[in-house]
Amino acid sequence: MNNKVSFLTQNFGKYDTSSIDSYMKIGGFSALRKAVKMEGEDIATLIAENKVRGRGGAEYDMGRKWSQARKVPGNNHIIICNADEGETTTFKDRELIKNDPFNLIEAMIIAAYVMRATDGYIYMRAEYACFRPLLLNAIRQAHKYGFLGKNILGIEGFDYEIHLYSGAGAYVCGEGTALIRSIEGKAGRPRMKPPFVKVSGAFARPTCLQNVESLSLVPHLLLDDEKVYQSYGVGDSVGTKMISVGGNVRHPGAFEIPFGTTVRDIIYGLAGGIQGDRKIRLIQFGGASGKIATDDILDTPYTYQDLRAHGVMVGSGALCVVDERTSVIDFLRINQDFFSEESCGQCTPCREGNLHIKIILDKIKAGTATKEDIAVMEKIARVMSMSSLCGLGETAQNTLRSAIEVFPEVFAVGGAEA
Amino acid sequence: MLTEPTQAYPLPDTLREKIDQVLETHDYDYTQIVGILLEVQDLNERHYIPEPVAYYIAYRLDMRVTNVYDIINFYSELSDKPRAKYPIQVCSSIACRVNDSASLAATLKDILSIDFGETTYDGRFTLEKVTCFGACDRAPAVRINGHVYDHLDSRAKIEHLLASLD
Repeated sequence: MNNKVSFLTQNFGKYDTSSIDSYMKIGGFSALRKAVKMEGEDIATLIAENKVRGRGGAEYDMGRKWSQARKVPGNNHIIICNADEGETTTFKDRELIKNDPFNLIEAMIIAAYVMRATDGYIYMRAEYACFRPLLLNAIRQAHKYGFLGKNILGIEGFDYEIHLYSGAGAYVCGEGTALIRSIEGKAGRPRMKPPFVKVSGAFARPTCLQNVESLSLVPHLLLDDEKVYQSYGVGDSVGTKMISVGGNVRHPGAFEIPFGTTVRDIIYGLAGGIQGDRKIRLIQFGGASGKIATDDILDTPYTYQDLRAHGVMVGSGALCVVDERTSVIDFLRINQDFFSEESCGQCTPCREGNLHIKIILDKIKAGTATKEDIAVMEKIARVMSMSSLCGLGETAQNTLRSAIEVFPEVFAVGGAEA
Repeated sequence: MLTEPTQAYPLPDTLREKIDQVLETHDYDYTQIVGILLEVQDLNERHYIPEPVAYYIAYRLDMRVTNVYDIINFYSELSDKPRAKYPIQVCSSIACRVNDSASLAATLKDILSIDFGETTYDGRFTLEKVTCFGACDRAPAVRINGHVYDHLDSRAKIEHLLASLD
């Protein structure tokens, strides 16, 4: 199977990312021109027909999301582009921003047309501050050419501005409500839902929040008359996906693959295999909150359904490959450090749960854990996933819980009853 | 008035002008406080927000200073305590860790004779442990004042990097 494609990445390297003229020479903004001649609902339908799922990790049907968002009453909707890519081993959005900034701006304008939005926000993590000038320049030039501002493309009442906001190193700000608070000039602590952001999001206005990759796909889909996108993928996993591969592989990087590529082709083909030809200990899918699998997943096709059947998820599109030099328990400890650091401390299950799981993992590592410790740890993990305020706490123990299933021997404690 | 201490902590004119320029580029918009604080923090050679500056920003944006401090304390990239001229951020997340960022950290500690969270006596270097900054394909890496320095897998490379700063 051909395992490297360029549908989403078709503009990479084709134009000068600092010049709108250069972008327009390769057909830039023709998707927007086409979009404004269509009904907003038809664009949502087009996305739904291509079975696009949100690429941030929640895998929600994107066409449906747009269709629902535009049905929310009001004429001051907000589009937010989530560029707070904080999941570990995830750097696909970085590549999209770096290599194709104008496409993202165009996508946000199309989204504004569909949702009748008047303001768009790009919320980018502080770690990507080096791309701020690139995006600010793209926004400024789009403004100058009349793609932003008042009466865009001469359409009466189509007014839209894009603002670039910066995060400051908080993983939790990738969560929708926390991100919105950050944009409102507050500390990024998540809030309870409802109200859902689509009804009352940033500044209490209807808000549609999308990942960089999801948005970037829209202009390409609009111009895809020959239905090239649908020719990729298998079954319900249509099209292509950006993935980022890191860890102990020879050639880590971000790649666009058609759905259905096997995990083996990704790791041994695109990423060049394991450093020193060592054995794989485990693979973590979808970042720090992702689940893990052993090398028995290698021949599984990379699709939403097949990965799920194997107990893992596509999530953010990250694959972190860990070789035999790192033990399972060391891996879990490192992963736990991440959550202990990034939990915002607002709700008790997440704040206390992460602390106590860390303590018990240390005990397991030291060989002093009792059966009761293991039972308590499993219970805390379960309670966290059920009762945390936001997605961070709900998913923080995904890795641990899947490790308990995949590597039961690590948690088997003999003797030492409590 | 919560913002009264601005009178008690006057800022040097040159600093005030620089802060005003930052505020100007953000349209004095309080919702952009995070971006403003990030920029203002880098005006200081030690990359932090001193108390008088926090009060001044609160005053100019018509915010409560407690809210400014809530934000400074919430976001890990913001600091109200002096850091170094070159804060060295070492990634402690999984992709770097399995590529031996522990050796990188140990070498840095050895060369600089400081531990995480400490600053060298001359105020040039701080060692900071941070979570993933999205350079996983370039592991092991450090980030210094926004720049990522990658593939630091030998002592020679690390020494060369430290010598090249200045």
